[in-house]
Amino acid sequence: MIADLERVPQLDATWRDAPGLWGFLTTVDHKRIAARYVVTALLLMFLAGMLALDMRWQLSTAENTRMGPQLYNESFSLHGSTMLFLVSVPLMEAMALWLVPLMLGTRNMAFPRLGAFSFWLYLGGVLTLWLAHAADVTPDLGWFEYPPLSGPAYSPGHRADIWAQMITFTEVAALAASVNVAATILKMRPPGMTLARMPVFLWAMLIASIMTILSMPAIMLVTSMLIADRLVSTHFFSPAGGGDALLFQHLFWFFGHPEVYIIFIPATGFVSAIVETFSRRPLFGHNAIVLSIMAIGALAFGLWVHHMFAVGLPRLGNDFYTAASMAIALPAGMQIFCWIATIWSGRPRLDTPMLWVVGFLATFVIGGLSGIMTASAALDLQLTDTYFVVAHFHYVLVGGAMFPLFGAFCYWYPKATGRLLSERLGRIAFWLIVGGFNLGFAPMHLLGLLGMPRRVYTYPAGLGWETLNQVATAGSAIAVAGGLVFVGNALWSYWRGRVSGPDPWGGSTLEWASASPTPAWNLPYTPRVDSLTPMWRDGPLRVMEGLALDRREVLVTSVADAAPLYRQKSAPPSIAPLLAALATTAMFIGSIFTPWAIVAGALPIGAALTAWFWPTRPRAGAAEAKA
Amino acid sequence: MTGPREIEIVGDLSRLPTSASGARHLVWWGNIGFMLIEGTGFALAAAAYLYLMTQAPAWPPRGDALPGLLWSGLFTAGLLLSALPNLWVLRCARNKDVAGVRRGVLAMAVIGLILLVPRGFEFAHLGVPWHRDAYGSVIWLLLVLHTTHVITDWADTVVIGTWLFTHEVGDDQFADVEDNSNYWTFVVVCWLPVYVLIYWAPRAV
Amino acid sequence: MKRLLRVSLLCVFVSGCGGIQSPLAPAGDQAAALHGLLLLMVAVCGVIYLLVLGGLAWSLWRRRPAAAGDNEPSDAALGRGLGVTAGVIVAGLTVLIVGSFLADRALFATRAQPAMEVRVTGHQWWWRIEYRDAAGRWIETANELHLPLGRTTRVLLGSADVIHSFWVPNVAGKIDMIPGRRNLLDLTPRRAGWYRGQCAEFCGAQHAHMALDVKVEDATTFDSWLAEQGRPAAAPAGPRAAQGAAVFAGPCGICHAVRGTPAAGRAGPDLTHLASRRSIAAGTLPMSRGGLQGWIAQPQALKPGTSMPAVPLRPADADALSSYLTTLR
Repeated sequence: MIADLERVPQLDATWRDAPGLWGFLTTVDHKRIAARYVVTALLLMFLAGMLALDMRWQLSTAENTRMGPQLYNESFSLHGSTMLFLVSVPLMEAMALWLVPLMLGTRNMAFPRLGAFSFWLYLGGVLTLWLAHAADVTPDLGWFEYPPLSGPAYSPGHRADIWAQMITFTEVAALAASVNVAATILKMRPPGMTLARMPVFLWAMLIASIMTILSMPAIMLVTSMLIADRLVSTHFFSPAGGGDALLFQHLFWFFGHPEVYIIFIPATGFVSAIVETFSRRPLFGHNAIVLSIMAIGALAFGLWVHHMFAVGLPRLGNDFYTAASMAIALPAGMQIFCWIATIWSGRPRLDTPMLWVVGFLATFVIGGLSGIMTASAALDLQLTDTYFVVAHFHYVLVGGAMFPLFGAFCYWYPKATGRLLSERLGRIAFWLIVGGFNLGFAPMHLLGLLGMPRRVYTYPAGLGWETLNQVATAGSAIAVAGGLVFVGNALWSYWRGRVSGPDPWGGSTLEWASASPTPAWNLPYTPRVDSLTPMWRDGPLRVMEGLALDRREVLVTSVADAAPLYRQKSAPPSIAPLLAALATTAMFIGSIFTPWAIVAGALPIGAALTAWFWPTRPRAGAAEAKA
Repeated sequence: MTGPREIEIVGDLSRLPTSASGARHLVWWGNIGFMLIEGTGFALAAAAYLYLMTQAPAWPPRGDALPGLLWSGLFTAGLLLSALPNLWVLRCARNKDVAGVRRGVLAMAVIGLILLVPRGFEFAHLGVPWHRDAYGSVIWLLLVLHTTHVITDWADTVVIGTWLFTHEVGDDQFADVEDNSNYWTFVVVCWLPVYVLIYWAPRAV
Repeated sequence: MKRLLRVSLLCVFVSGCGGIQSPLAPAGDQAAALHGLLLLMVAVCGVIYLLVLGGLAWSLWRRRPAAAGDNEPSDAALGRGLGVTAGVIVAGLTVLIVGSFLADRALFATRAQPAMEVRVTGHQWWWRIEYRDAAGRWIETANELHLPLGRTTRVLLGSADVIHSFWVPNVAGKIDMIPGRRNLLDLTPRRAGWYRGQCAEFCGAQHAHMALDVKVEDATTFDSWLAEQGRPAAAPAGPRAAQGAAVFAGPCGICHAVRGTPAAGRAGPDLTHLASRRSIAAGTLPMSRGGLQGWIAQPQALKPGTSMPAVPLRPADADALSSYLTTLR
């Protein structure tokens, strides 16, 4: 049978947002919120790319005068902070917000208003950093601002405060999003999707969320301590007052190292999904991949010291961290084997999403191997803080996370828009970006080995660095041109692309069961799952009915076996998340200038939260009179 | 518009209840998530304390007075005792006892307010201002962090209480009371290691 | 293109043409141990990379049977492949971890022996250098480090302000200079010549202009150099130098010291033997009379943000000052 067409208008009426601006401000639709995240983050990626290109221009010749030290230092600080805090992590969260409910066949996230709150607060962080930049209060100490340089004595003014508070914004937003994603995956899986039948993508998002929950409090704590040192004269990091500069580094990297995997692990989810669909066979080694992700997630918390090999820690610790850091190559290598084995034993199709996976493997493995080199406590003394490390982490973050993300973008674009991207433009963009990236960043390995430190705004002639820097600059320019083709393709295809239908690739998981673009309520029925690849089941899609059509309702199931437990009310649109985010923004910004802002800001936040959670039920008197 | 894919209806969910309690409830898991975040925050703050302690030649540094035991003792005793009415509220919520949760939440709001009094005196008797040295900074940090949690949960209790007395109570509200009650337990449990670190670690070393 | 770069990378490794600020041209025991480790790493990682690329290419373009059918490999066979892969990875890692431990031991091999001590203190943005001579006296200089060939020198690293990092890649790996802490680094140079070091931890606006000249020389030359550095400055020879010395005693002496004169400032580098050094302002300009004149006249244009102020001087005074400074050999 086909779906009962009468339920569609009912579902539309129940799940529709208010029209116009009010609907825009109050929506709790996970797809609309995720789309906002994606558009904002891509715009920021463009701006950060322009900064990178400008810096490459400055470095293309020795003693260049395009930039002075202040502008250069601001540029790399803004580039790094934007890419790490405002682009990479939020983009991965956005993909989770958008795809997790679709892949679960549920109607919305576990906490719809929390999703909206995450975005508004994230936007607050974006505006804090970039409006401050427009007002020439740009942070200028890199994406990790080590004290004492970032302390009150050496960084007067508010540049360092802007950086620290931007982090508070984005981390609160990321933490809220992570709780949301984890609760959704654990409690809202469709009947039959036991933990053993959960696709790798969902495992990746679950583990990344748990890692976020366990690591991001560290950076919130450490930036708060930094602000306290600057604002109310505490002495956490000042040696003169009994504090310790290294405490900052320990806490920062306790977050900073897992952060890399919080970005990388969702990418392994994209790769697993794409490899499965385009190899046209179920993923080989599903369990091995899931266990590898868990192992990477666990190991990530024991590695932070490998960012601090040069600070002079006890040698025994260095030996331990060397072995632990290198050990991460084992689960990473197992994953790579499983993907290649899936391709090998499947019948691969090289459409653009799959092309990006190939680009990912060819590029990321270089980053992984250079990571093994920097993991050696001894060798790292020659590599850290040089261009070798710049090359290494760009290979990991761009090759390992952004390339899969671009593949994911090509893969799920038709689901979001109902249209396919142009394959021709997609291929041009692919070759320009992958080629330009490798041309731009491979020479940096050698620059590092020729002694060029990172974060220098200029360098003298005669050290053998000019030619390689010029090649690097040319490569970056090519990659940026490719990025423009990619964005042009997305824009052009949005209006002119071929209509895709619900399932253009023959995908294996439940998001392909919904219409493209997906309506506000996602799927008309609740799917029932009996394998890892429910869409590849022969015969009709098995579904369950019984969720309310006239009010927002979602199904809650048990954690291990996804057995149906009860029907949960799903929160309708509300302005409260925006108001709460505005109140929180006011408090965060105010606390850059005075600690009293925290006290004064608590009341409006409390009021907004009260409005948010205030349940809608009859007054006590009325009900009791009736009874 | 579901697309071309045919469907087969294999079950009906309409008989399921519309609420649940304890770990079956969705919000319980959200609450756990936030406790995990804040618990990690406490653990890391404690780690920072221990780190600074191991780096310091003397703890507390020479010239700093030890933190006072009177008000902190009163607060700790009061907080531990508050666990009893808190558990009673939790039981009322599980039994869906409307009168019980109304009275219990009111009692917890009053208890929270009373506890803030010794907490205020604790700050006055820490023995060192936060801006004197790293030792002062980190004990203030721990105490402020915990006080934030006490105040947050107290405010939540007041809001829930207000609602309970003015509205008809349903299953979701019992779940809310349950979550609030679990959160108070979390606030109590977190205090114990913090209390040991602030008041007893400097005396032990 | 990528292959081309990899090939060129290998060429550099083989030829060892690294230059005066490069881990690829080791000139000391510590750097040599790390260079060996680097070669081992590149070899092992290079092989692994080629294996992965080969596997990927094979999986994409191998000849497949026309229809999906019986002679496809089973998941059990792939599972055995996974086991073999894990074994290969573990074996490779074991080699690299052992190599890393051995290199690490080599870095600390000299730690138990007594050695000449040099205190190097990082400042925004220059290096204070203090040698302890045989009599136990500290002899101060700045921005130029001399090391005796074949002997171990123990560098005591500290910072006066923010975190810096001491890195002379031809001689040894980098160690951070952290306020409130003292780090040690042993240097055993084996090849005479000039090398260049540079601050490797971002330390503010002029991080890029915080370089260090390093000269490795035979022990006798070193000893006479150190003795020379220990002497106070020679009295100004001639009226112009004397005029310059008088000018110096005014504004310059507040921050700079010239031993043997009343100038005893501690905020900036010790200039007692300034003219014996190779460069000005921590590697910003080559040492010359013109360079000194330019630096004194326009420090903020040459090194924006430096603590060195532009002191307004009459042209005759500026000229005399630079003449005087060139006599501080």
